Amino acid sequence: MDAILLQILNGLDKGGAYALIALGLTLTFGTLGVVNFAHGALFMLGAFCAVSLNQLLTLSTKVKDESITFFDAFKEVPILEAKFPTWGPIIVDYSVPLSIIVAIPVMLLIGWIMERGLIRHFYKRAHADQILVTFGLAIVLQEIIKHFYGANPIPQLAPAAVATSANIGAWFGLGDNIVYPWWRLIYLAFALLVIGAAFAFLRFTTFGMVVRAGMQDRETVGLLGIDIERRFTIVFALAAVCAGLAGVMYTPILPPDYHIGMDFLVLSFVVVVVGGMGSLGGAVAAGFLLGILQSFASMTEVKSIIPGIDQIIIYLVAVVVLLTMPRGLMGRKGVMED
Amino acid sequence: MFKFSAASDWMLFLLFSAVVLTMPIWLAPIGANYPDLMQRFAIFGLFAIGFNLLFGLTGYLSFGHAAFLGVGSYTAVWSFKLLTMNVLPAIGLAILTAGLFALVIGFVSLRRSGIYFSILTLAFAQMSYNLAYSVLTPITNGESGLQLTLSDPRVIDTAMGEVVGRSLPSTNLFGIKMSGMPGFYFCAVVLIIGFFISLRIFRSPFGTMLRAIKSNQTRMSYTGFNTRPYLLAVFVISGMYAGLAGGLMAVTDPLAGAERMQWTASGEVVLMTILGGAGTLIGPVLGAGIIKYFENIFSAYNTTQLNQVFAALPDGLQEIMVSVASMFVGKSWHLTLGLMFVIVVIFLPGGIMEGVRRIGGLFRRGQKSPESASAAAASTTQA
Repeated sequence: MDAILLQILNGLDKGGAYALIALGLTLTFGTLGVVNFAHGALFMLGAFCAVSLNQLLTLSTKVKDESITFFDAFKEVPILEAKFPTWGPIIVDYSVPLSIIVAIPVMLLIGWIMERGLIRHFYKRAHADQILVTFGLAIVLQEIIKHFYGANPIPQLAPAAVATSANIGAWFGLGDNIVYPWWRLIYLAFALLVIGAAFAFLRFTTFGMVVRAGMQDRETVGLLGIDIERRFTIVFALAAVCAGLAGVMYTPILPPDYHIGMDFLVLSFVVVVVGGMGSLGGAVAAGFLLGILQSFASMTEVKSIIPGIDQIIIYLVAVVVLLTMPRGLMGRKGVMED
Repeated sequence: MFKFSAASDWMLFLLFSAVVLTMPIWLAPIGANYPDLMQRFAIFGLFAIGFNLLFGLTGYLSFGHAAFLGVGSYTAVWSFKLLTMNVLPAIGLAILTAGLFALVIGFVSLRRSGIYFSILTLAFAQMSYNLAYSVLTPITNGESGLQLTLSDPRVIDTAMGEVVGRSLPSTNLFGIKMSGMPGFYFCAVVLIIGFFISLRIFRSPFGTMLRAIKSNQTRMSYTGFNTRPYLLAVFVISGMYAGLAGGLMAVTDPLAGAERMQWTASGEVVLMTILGGAGTLIGPVLGAGIIKYFENIFSAYNTTQLNQVFAALPDGLQEIMVSVASMFVGKSWHLTLGLMFVIVVIFLPGGIMEGVRRIGGLFRRGQKSPESASAAAASTTQA
C-alpha cells in the first residue's frame, strides 16, 4: 500500500513536467497547426536560465581565510555573500525559485523571436517540413548550450528549507513509511498552478476565447476580422514560458544537461498523441497518467515479472492507444486527423 | 524484367557506377580518398537511398529508421561471432532480420499517416534503443557494444578447419580481408547494386503507384486500390536497405553499439535525403556524401588549427574569430549540421538536385530566343 502511494507520488511530479510540456505542444498544434520539435529545447533553455542565474549569483571573489593563521590563505566566496553577509546567502540559496522571475521574460522573448523569425513562415508548408525545420532548430539550440555550458549535467540545489523530505504518511495517519522530498511536492503544486493559470487564462479572458475559437476554426475567426496571427505569436510565447518554467523548477530534481530537452520531447510528443491532438485537457491528463504508469513500471516487483517494461511502457501505451483510439484519449473530430 | 524504359537510365547507371568506382582517384585532390571515409560514403549512401524509397516516393516521414540500421549491425556481428567471418552470410542475415523488424513495425505504424506515422516510428525506434541498453544486454552487450572475442564459436569457420590465432580474425570475403581498399570496393559494389534496384523501383509500376499514394492517397483508395500493401512493401524494402547499411558497418568495423539506433541518427539520414533532394535518384547519395565529408572536415579541426587559420588577423580579432569558429567545428560540428538542416529546409526544400535543376533551367532558357523564353516564363507564371 505504502509502496503504491509512493509510486503515485513519484509519477505525479514527472507527470507534471510531461503535462506542462505537452500543454505547450498542444497549444501550438491546435492554434498554429505547427508540429514543434524544438519544444523540448525550450524546456532545456528554461533549465539553463536557472543554471545561468545560479552562476551569476555565485560569481566568486577571493577572500582572506581567517581560520588559517599560519600563513595568508584565501578562499573563494560568492561576491554577494562577501558584500552582504546577512541576505546574500539567502538569495544564493533561493536561486532556483528566483530563476522563475528571470525565466518568464527570457522565455517570452525567445518564444516571440522563434515564432516571428522562423515558425510563422512554415504555417502553410507541409507537416514534414515543419518537423524538419524545428528539428534542425532543436539541434542548433542544443549545441549552443553545449558550447557554453559543456556536456556534463550541472546539479542545482533546492533551497535548504525544502531540501529535506516530508513525512506525508504521518499527515494522513498512514505510518512513517511514506516519506517524500519537499521539492518534488512543490514541483507538483507548481505544475498544477501553472496548468490551472493557463486554463483559466484560456477560459475566462477574451483573448483566451479568441484563441480557443482559433483552435476550432482559424479560418472563420480570421474572416470575422480578428488578427489571429498576432495572437498566435503570443500563444507561442506563452507555450514557451510553460515549457521554460517546467525546466526551471525541474533542475533540482534532475541536473540539466544539453540533451535533457530531447529526452523530454520524445516523451511529451507521445503524451500529446495519447491525450489527443489539440485537446488541452487530454494532454494534461495523459501527462499525469503516463508519468504514474512509468513510475509503477519501474517498481522492482513489476520489473521482475516483465523485465525492461519501465523502459518501454510509455511507447507501448502510445502504440496501443493510437491503434485502438486513433484520435487519442480526448481528441476531437477534425483536428489533425492525418 | 531488365529492360529500361529509356537509354538515359542506362547512361545514368553506368555514370553512377563509374563515379563510385573511381572515387579513390577523384577524391584525392580534396584529401578524402582514404578507405575509411569512402566506406562511410558508400554505407550512408545506401542508407539514404533506402530512406528515400520510403520518404521520397510516398511522403511518409519515418523518424525511426536508425533502428533498422542498428538491428542490421547487431545481426551481422552475431553472424561473425556464431557462424563465420565471411561477410556474405552476415549481410544476408542483416537484411533479413531488418526486413522482419520493418515488417512488424511497418504493419503497426502504417495504420496511421502523417505526423502520427512519424511519432509511431519514433516511438518504436526509441523503444528498441532503450531495450538495447537495458534488458537486451545479453544480446547487445549494453553500453560497451557488441564485439568479437577470441572465444567465439564461429561454427562454420571451425568446421572448415580454420584456426583462430592469438589475434582477432578479421572479416573477409572468401579470404579477401574486408578492411582498407578491398572493404571500400565491396561497399561500392553493394552501393551500385542498391542504386540499380532503387532505379528499377523508381521506374516500375510499383514506383508509380507509390508516387500516386504521395500525391493523393484518398483518391487512390476511391479508385479501388488498397494502398496499405504497397506502403508496407516499400517500408520493408526501405528497412532492408537500412539493415544492409548496418551490416556493412559491421563488415568494415565488427562492432555494434546502441547509439546507432538513437533518434538523432534517424534524423541524420532524413537530413541527408532532403539535402540531396528527396524523391530524386542521385540526391540521397549526394547528400550522404556531402554530410559525411563535411563531418569529417569540420570535426577534425581544433583550436590550434583555428589559430593558424586566423593567424593573419590582428590579435584581438583573432581570438574573437577563433572562439566564434570553434562553435562550429570539432566536437560542436552538430551545430553546423543543425544550421544546414534549417537553411536547407527554408531555402531549398527540394534539396541540391532542385538547385541543380533550377540552374540547368536558367541555361536552357538562355539558349532559346528571347521571345520564347518570355513566353515560357509567362506560361509558368500562369500555371
